[in-house]
Amino acid sequence: MKREFPLMITAAVGLFMILSFFVPHQLVSVPADFLQQSAIVVVAFGYVLGGANALKLNAETVYKRNPGWIYKLILVVALVSTVEIGVAEGPGFLDDGKRSRWIYDQLYSPMAATMFSMLAFYIASAAFRAFRIRTVEAGLLAIAALIVMLGRVPIGDLATSWLPTSLQLPTLQEWIMEVPQNAAKRAILIGAALGVMATGLRVILGIERSYLSGED
Amino acid sequence: MAVQVSWTKEVPVPQTGPRLGVRLAPFAMLVVLASAHPVLAQGTAAPDTVLADSAAATGDLVPAPPRPPSGLTVKDVTNDAGRALDLTWKRSPDDEPGQTLVTQYRLERAPTPGGPWSVVDSASAGSEGRADQSVERNTEYFYRVTAVGPGGVTPALSVTGPVRATSQWINQTRWSVLILTVLFFGFVLFFISQAQSGKVPFVRRIPGIDAIEEAIGRATEMGRPVLYVPGILDIDEIQTVAGLVILESVARLTAKYETPIVVPVTYPIPFTIAEEMVKSGYLHAGRPEGYDPNSVRFVSPEQFAYTAAVGGIMLRDRPAAHIFMGAFYAESLLLAETGFETGAIQVAGTANVHQLPFFVVACDYTLIGEELYAASAYLSKEPKLVGALKGADFMKITILFLVLIGCILETAHIHVLTNLLQTQ
Repeated sequence: MKREFPLMITAAVGLFMILSFFVPHQLVSVPADFLQQSAIVVVAFGYVLGGANALKLNAETVYKRNPGWIYKLILVVALVSTVEIGVAEGPGFLDDGKRSRWIYDQLYSPMAATMFSMLAFYIASAAFRAFRIRTVEAGLLAIAALIVMLGRVPIGDLATSWLPTSLQLPTLQEWIMEVPQNAAKRAILIGAALGVMATGLRVILGIERSYLSGED
Repeated sequence: MAVQVSWTKEVPVPQTGPRLGVRLAPFAMLVVLASAHPVLAQGTAAPDTVLADSAAATGDLVPAPPRPPSGLTVKDVTNDAGRALDLTWKRSPDDEPGQTLVTQYRLERAPTPGGPWSVVDSASAGSEGRADQSVERNTEYFYRVTAVGPGGVTPALSVTGPVRATSQWINQTRWSVLILTVLFFGFVLFFISQAQSGKVPFVRRIPGIDAIEEAIGRATEMGRPVLYVPGILDIDEIQTVAGLVILESVARLTAKYETPIVVPVTYPIPFTIAEEMVKSGYLHAGRPEGYDPNSVRFVSPEQFAYTAAVGGIMLRDRPAAHIFMGAFYAESLLLAETGFETGAIQVAGTANVHQLPFFVVACDYTLIGEELYAASAYLSKEPKLVGALKGADFMKITILFLVLIGCILETAHIHVLTNLLQTQ
């Protein structure tokens, strides 16, 4: 029963949630909404486990003075103090003027923005590698990229304004984005959507059960 | 003698003819001028003119309230659980583009035609409809709509009701989805039963999945760990489920090769499942004692905090193999490029179309879209899972035919299929 019971619950809840997509009646939609909201409670318990894991791993590194322990110490201090401040401030801890809000706005947000801004440099280096023409496919990719890039800036419009409209760069880039790009994207999306359904069905029917761990 | 002018918001507005304020505006101007002129003021009066006391004091004109909207109809929203009513009306004749006589429409509701009325919502000028989503199922309501402007509020023309929101048993717009879902499930179950009876379908080679073992082997040779990233979303994202299922197979391999594995996770529920997966992998590989409880680490649900932590692991621990399987967003390139700089062999898989180009550029192998979901079947070779893959392939053929037929019909201006497949 150790494995069968969770599988039965998964199957029952999974099929019920599929049913709720087609049956809007309150006898189905109200319990379905309740089930979805109940996930928040489960997640709240999960955070306790996750927080304990983060604390244990990093405190252990600090205690053993493993390489990089100083960073772990900063992490532990930040983790504990942020939680303490949040708990002390209680409900509305993220309101304006609260210390938790200050931590978020003045510390976390700038650091996250710094990480995100690095993306520009990574894109440049990745694009440099991607556009090295070594094969026919890479050549096609580079040509398409060049048309799209130039077609989206004023200079592309200016440079080809003397050509017939159908040959101007803005028209060509629009065609590339609307026709071949969209066709390929939709093909991937349809395949992925079916993959989602197949995976969901496998989990619901208990065919995919590795997530339950333990012995077979 | 100065002309005494008065104004009150409750003055009813004539329902027909030109707007009172517009009609009397020149006349009111004369009245104001006359009030300042001792001769003209004698005997001059404009009884219909409405001006605010304060406006009178400053000499400003205040427009009359706008004429009310008309034709209010209220209908139950179909295909729902009785949670909304649809209100539609005809705009006030004073609500024209470029005019500012109407600022908004106020929707009022009452349990009886006589009230008490309460404002349930408002809509900006120019609107002709709104859904009231604050109704109680199977309760009768009456509605009225008023126009609000700088000149005040006009009483509603009429009261509409009673109406009630009811729930339906079947969403009539989702029949096509239901049929296709049943068909898909039928295909999957049929091919699963076929596979169980010994007819295991052929699965084409997926180089990206084959490369996982190669990458783990390389990490083993170099004596370095394997880094496995199961995406950055929670368990309600099916890509995360797929990523965690593949993790079990990867953990089996790392257990077999006695190579450490590091799994940083974003959310707590995937964290607990990832722990189970790695444990299960070691158990199935016959090396439960090799499982390191510190191999699965909860990091942070914050996207860039997580990215920074994983980047740190890449640069400090120098894993020889990076495996990214799941849902990724802006961090995909940050992770993959950092990994590329460390010289690790990288295998990625995601169904997020916008992140695929980044992985293709920065990783050695990439699983595209559905390949991510096929990975667990491919790795385990379990007949039932492989059968499910075949079912999905048949559904793809069905959709391909539908798309082709749809293209032909639409070209011939026949919209039957398009209308049939439209959903809400």
